[in-house]
Amino acid sequence: MTMIKTKLSLTILGLASALVAGPVLAAGGHDTMLPERQPWSFAGAFGKFDRAQLQRGFQVYREVCSNCHSLKRVAFRNLSEEGGPQFSEAQIKALAAEYKIKDGPNDSGDMFERPGRPSDKFPAPFANPEAARAALGAAPPDFSLLAKARGYSRGFPLFLVDALPIPGGAYQEHGPDYIVALLNGYSKADDPNWNDYMPGNKIAMAAPLADGAVDYTDGSPKTLLQYSRDVSAFMMWAAEPKLEERKKTGFRALAFLLVFAGLLYYTKKKVWADVAH
Amino acid sequence: MAEATTVEPTRRDFLYIATGAVAAVGAGSVAWPLIHQMNPDASTLALASTEVDLAALPAGGIMTVKWRGKPVFVRHRTAKEIQEAQATPLSQLPDPQNDADRVKKPEWLIVTGVCTHLGCVPLGHSGDYDGWFCPCHGSHYDTSGRIRKGPAPRNLEVPQYQFVTDAKVRIG
Amino acid sequence: MSGPSTYVPKSAIGRWFESRLPIMGLMHSSFVAYPTPKNLNYFWTFGGILSLMLGVQIITGIVLAMHYTPHVDYAFQSVEHIMRDVNWGWFLRYTHANGASMFFIAVYIHMLRGLYFGSYKAPREVLWILGVVIFLLMMATAFMGYVLPWGQMSFWGATVITNLFSAIPLVGESITTWLWGGYSVDNPTLNRFFSLHYLLPFMIAAVVVLHVWALHVSGQNNPTGVEVKDVKRDTVPFTPYATIKDGFAMVVFLAFFSWFIFYVPNYLGHPDNYIDANPMVTPAHIVPEWYFLPFYAILRAIPDKLGGVIAMFGSIAVLAFLPWLDTSRVKSASYRPVYRVFFWVFVVCGIGLGYLGAMPAEGGYVIASRIFTVYYFAFFLIIMPLLGLFETPKPLPASIADSVLARGGSASAVAAGAAHAPENK
Repeated sequence: MTMIKTKLSLTILGLASALVAGPVLAAGGHDTMLPERQPWSFAGAFGKFDRAQLQRGFQVYREVCSNCHSLKRVAFRNLSEEGGPQFSEAQIKALAAEYKIKDGPNDSGDMFERPGRPSDKFPAPFANPEAARAALGAAPPDFSLLAKARGYSRGFPLFLVDALPIPGGAYQEHGPDYIVALLNGYSKADDPNWNDYMPGNKIAMAAPLADGAVDYTDGSPKTLLQYSRDVSAFMMWAAEPKLEERKKTGFRALAFLLVFAGLLYYTKKKVWADVAH
Repeated sequence: MAEATTVEPTRRDFLYIATGAVAAVGAGSVAWPLIHQMNPDASTLALASTEVDLAALPAGGIMTVKWRGKPVFVRHRTAKEIQEAQATPLSQLPDPQNDADRVKKPEWLIVTGVCTHLGCVPLGHSGDYDGWFCPCHGSHYDTSGRIRKGPAPRNLEVPQYQFVTDAKVRIG
Repeated sequence: MSGPSTYVPKSAIGRWFESRLPIMGLMHSSFVAYPTPKNLNYFWTFGGILSLMLGVQIITGIVLAMHYTPHVDYAFQSVEHIMRDVNWGWFLRYTHANGASMFFIAVYIHMLRGLYFGSYKAPREVLWILGVVIFLLMMATAFMGYVLPWGQMSFWGATVITNLFSAIPLVGESITTWLWGGYSVDNPTLNRFFSLHYLLPFMIAAVVVLHVWALHVSGQNNPTGVEVKDVKRDTVPFTPYATIKDGFAMVVFLAFFSWFIFYVPNYLGHPDNYIDANPMVTPAHIVPEWYFLPFYAILRAIPDKLGGVIAMFGSIAVLAFLPWLDTSRVKSASYRPVYRVFFWVFVVCGIGLGYLGAMPAEGGYVIASRIFTVYYFAFFLIIMPLLGLFETPKPLPASIADSVLARGGSASAVAAGAAHAPENK
């Protein structure tokens, strides 16, 4: 008993001192705000993407973001695959054909352009990052992985909660939350490059979206908040297209392992029943 | 072993068997991803068909296109070649097949360019039958891509294809 | 691996084979008949869990190598290809990536168990040192593995860690250039890291064989730290007793592991590693993987380049000298009331160093790192040697069986235990 008590009190002491020291030490030098958590349909153990939202998000990407941002790791065919926006194959064929894809060389040794096919990846708006920088002043990051390549820490001890299977935990949506916050973080009317959430508050991109910028046909509100949520959901799918399959498999795997562990526990008890230990 | 223990072992055995069975199911489920990962992936499957423009190929010419990582021969046959292929009696063929069953339009012969012996690529317009000749082990194919002489057991395979337009064919 | 076997094959073919290659007898004496102290707690299942993790990492690694391309232009892309296109690729990659973390969680528990119960003390010194060698190989393997996806953290982690060697006087620069195969971390570096990342796990497996061999010579330590006196009374055969218990612990551990693979797969990673490596731009905060953080904190606690590197490597090297630094006659901390307190402070200190390793190297963080670093070394170099001389341990039980029976309490338990003690084959 006393041993357990000593352990406990020491652990608590240690954690408490870290708890106190952490934020105190961390305070200083950080003006950026922490993003708010958004109500994502794909969060949590049973999360699934909202197809309509992904389709709207793709519309936002296509009409606004794609003018500067590439999506080079996503193929047209992905848009019709299970667990994604699930456009029909005919829609994807038509969509792909609207893009010009560089191919070649042909028999005379020249590169040529042809209409896209579902197996092609999204062509980039600029030939290379240097060209983008020359045209825009800064190279816009590729969209394919951005939702996983951005994040923020909630600090001690909440970062521990993020890993746990408890309400408010299993938090993996830092990236999309950050992107929504960023798109809504242009708070200074006189400084288009000021953003509340960008580390250092200086952002090369001026506010890309505003109320009414994209014409939704499904009756969803044409607001900046709705646009940014939709495009962030789309970006999360683009970064993690197997998210639904992963969570579904995870449920099966965990259910199996728990049953198996239960059986092994009773088997172990039986085996050890005749030994004092 | 006394009588009192006869009930106990059966319950125990059941538990052991159940645990063992669940373990086997688990091992099987884990094995599948490890095996299936070696099958063609999604990007490979997406490339499973390719479109070929026939307009530029003159009569008598053979075009080699890459399909699923291997060559496919598209041959624009001349009237003489068609006649040769159609006139050959089935009795002379190791792997009897009518020319009509191997083409959709007589002018266009489409076969995979892989020798049915051991997978080499045969040479066009050569061999004793003016079709293909495989330099690896000396198999001769005729103008319908049928095996005529040599160690190859079967005719050159005809892939699935369809004419999208008169001058365009989709293989796969 | 525990001496000549009494195993006799049942079939004629078995006897024919056994007289030519006695491998079944070796397996039987190592994993069936091997006497295991009957009082082991669940901390003793982590050896089995670690073997499982080594297997998981090798198998998923071999499979991933079928799809990965170790070239600066294709590495990142091939990893994304695995994640998006390869059948079950996301599962294999997340298992391998999180598997490294699980491996370290298990090895840290395994090491702390040894530290708490005095498993490094005679006659297990060689066993312990082999363990330190495995730990070093694991660190090298994990470090090089983290470089392979060729993201920003991969690249800058490789740059920072390989630059540690430039601290060596006179030859440091040449060694770093040699490691890189150029004047910076680049394609030659990635290519050789892939080669070594593939090789080292098999070296680990070889040292694990030695580790298990040494274990089976000296026998397992146990929570009392009292050696086995009577094989019949103190031990049970490894199979089925330890195998079933290890199996149960492994499945529970796999459930924990699965939670990470399927629900929080990127929790232990860093977002910056989803950005292609860019030699022209360093991320704002370079952080190693969590399992290196305590050592990284020690490195940064020392204001001198060479001193920091020496302290960091010293913090691992000191483990190899534990058997001789600890002067106590008693192994288990269960009977060492004062050591126990220092031990738990050490654990808290290790966690604290881990936390500080992830924080920016400035202000209060550096001061805290220095305090913890001092305690880390003082624990091994001052507390352990002195405490053994001054501490009064609690009385030890006469034998493992006695300690078990004392816990059981009643006389009937004593009788039952004596009557039903299983025989060792």
